[in-house]
This record gives sequence, structure tokens and C-alpha cells, in this order.
Amino acid sequence: MPLTTTAPPFFAVLVRGLLAGLVAGLLAGTFAYVAGEPRVEAAIAIEEAATHAEPAAGAHDHEDALVSRSGQRGGLFLATGLFGAAMGGLLATAYVLLSRRRRSYDDGRSGLSLAGAALLGAVIVPFLKYPANPPAVGDPATINQRTVTYLLMVVLGLVAVWAGSLGYRSVGAQAPAWQRAAAAVGGFLLVAAVSYVVMPSFQEVPANFPAALLWDFRLASLGTQVVLWTGIGLLFAALMHREWRRRSGTDALRST
Amino acid sequence: MSSSASTQPVVHPAGTARLLWTVLATVAVLTLLAYLVAFDQGAVSRSGTYLHELMHDGRHLLGVPCH
Repeated sequence: MPLTTTAPPFFAVLVRGLLAGLVAGLLAGTFAYVAGEPRVEAAIAIEEAATHAEPAAGAHDHEDALVSRSGQRGGLFLATGLFGAAMGGLLATAYVLLSRRRRSYDDGRSGLSLAGAALLGAVIVPFLKYPANPPAVGDPATINQRTVTYLLMVVLGLVAVWAGSLGYRSVGAQAPAWQRAAAAVGGFLLVAAVSYVVMPSFQEVPANFPAALLWDFRLASLGTQVVLWTGIGLLFAALMHREWRRRSGTDALRST
Repeated sequence: MSSSASTQPVVHPAGTARLLWTVLATVAVLTLLAYLVAFDQGAVSRSGTYLHELMHDGRHLLGVPCH
């Protein structure tokens, strides 16, 4: 069986990435709804209690809000679905750009490893530095700084993964596998550790916020992203595999 | 499976510039979409904070700084 065939056009890949992202986003939304929503509700109850005790606190006003709580729970699926589609599309674009540098076109295994790289660089590294915060945690006065540093950390996480792949390739292909793995891990850890130390930290958890609730919320949030990226990777690989089989089938037909 | 299918090079012969622009436009649109979900406070979408509030739970659970 040949492992290579003609590369599909950009739009064929893009549509598959968008579709994989949309479905994975809805799956992630379902996970977040089951695992995360009870924690969001509990955190909002704490936030409201704090606002009532101290009306000048200036916290998020959930009472006469623009969108009701049930609207926000439904909006969860809109948010994860759209975000998933955007990420799936970006993954497909990266896949096409990188596949032009590869010597062979394969049926999505590289899509799967790209999704893994994105999960590590754009989710896990930033999460370890700036873990997700439930409502009632976080000072509204620092939201702009926290947003900028979070985005910077996403970029640095992706740079760390890139440094890892550079390390892997810098050791020759004839070297033993453990040496290549060590170079990859070393390159990744170097960038990740330096970013972790250099970037500012924000300690804004109120003293009376339940630690168990914070942990459960953060685990649910990380789980949502893991479901999202695992879903994108697997669905994209599956769709590309089907496309590859379809194309290699027609190629074989054409040559007979 | 024939060999003609397997020896095709991956490099696209023509339309590299067009592909570049398509890719750039795609990245711009998708980045805008992700921005609207994750970071918009009404300044770009001109929806006030409606989008921000609607996707409030999603932003928290995707781990993006919210407020």
C-alpha cells in the first residue's frame, strides 16, 4: 500500500478541520456542561453573596444581567462550538502549511500530532502558569493585564513545543531514540521553564474561596480543553483518512 | 494501488501566491471568530456586552481570563 498520494486542495482540508472542530467543540461543551456547570453555579453563589455583603465591590452583576443564567448555560455550547470550529480551522491551516514541507502526504497522523502539540503548547503550558478561574476569583482591575499575559503565555507555550521539535531534529536521525527524545524534552522544558519564571504571576483567589471548589472547577476547565483538542485531533485524522482513501481510490481507478 | 498515485509530488505547482492569500484570509477570519468568543467585550462586535455575557460560562470553562 502506498503511503503517499496527491495532497488534497486547501479548502478540502479546511472544511474537514472546521467540521472536526465544531463537533469536538460541542462534545467539549457537553463535558463542560456536566462537569463544570455545577462548579460555575456554586462560584456564582459565592460571588453574589460577596456582592450583597459589600455592594460597592464592583463585581460582575449577575442579577439584572443582559443574559439570564439559563441563557449563559446554553451560550456555553455556542462558545465551545464556535471556538472549536475556529481552532479546527487553524489546525487544518497549519496542517496544510506544514504538509507542503513534508516529503510525503499521509492520512492524518500528522494532524493528530499537531492537535497534541496544540494541546500541550496552547493549553497545558498556559494553564500551569495561569489556571482557569471561576466567577468570584480574579480582580476585575487586572483583567487587561491577565488577558495579555495569558495570550503571551499561549504564544510562549507554542514556541516551547517548536523548540522541542527543533531539539528533536537537531539530533541526527541515526542517533538512538532516547537521545532524540531527550533533546526534544530539553528544548521544550527550557523555553517553558524560562517563560514560567519570567512571566508575572497573579494571586487573586479570595481567602475565603473554597479550595476544593477551585480545584474541581480548574480540573473541569482543563478537561474541557482536553476533550476539545483530543476530539479535534481524532475527528480531523478520521476525516482526512476517509479523504485519503477516497482520493487514492480514484487515483487507482484513473491509472487503470 | 498503482505507482502513479504514489509518486506524485506534494508540492503544488501553481497558485502559491493565491494559496498564501487564501491562508492569510482564513487565519484572519478564524482568529476574529476565536477573539469574539474568548475576548470580545463589545468593542469589536458592537454588541455591547451581549456576546460577552452570552458566552460567559464557555469562556470560564475554556480557561480564558474573563473578569
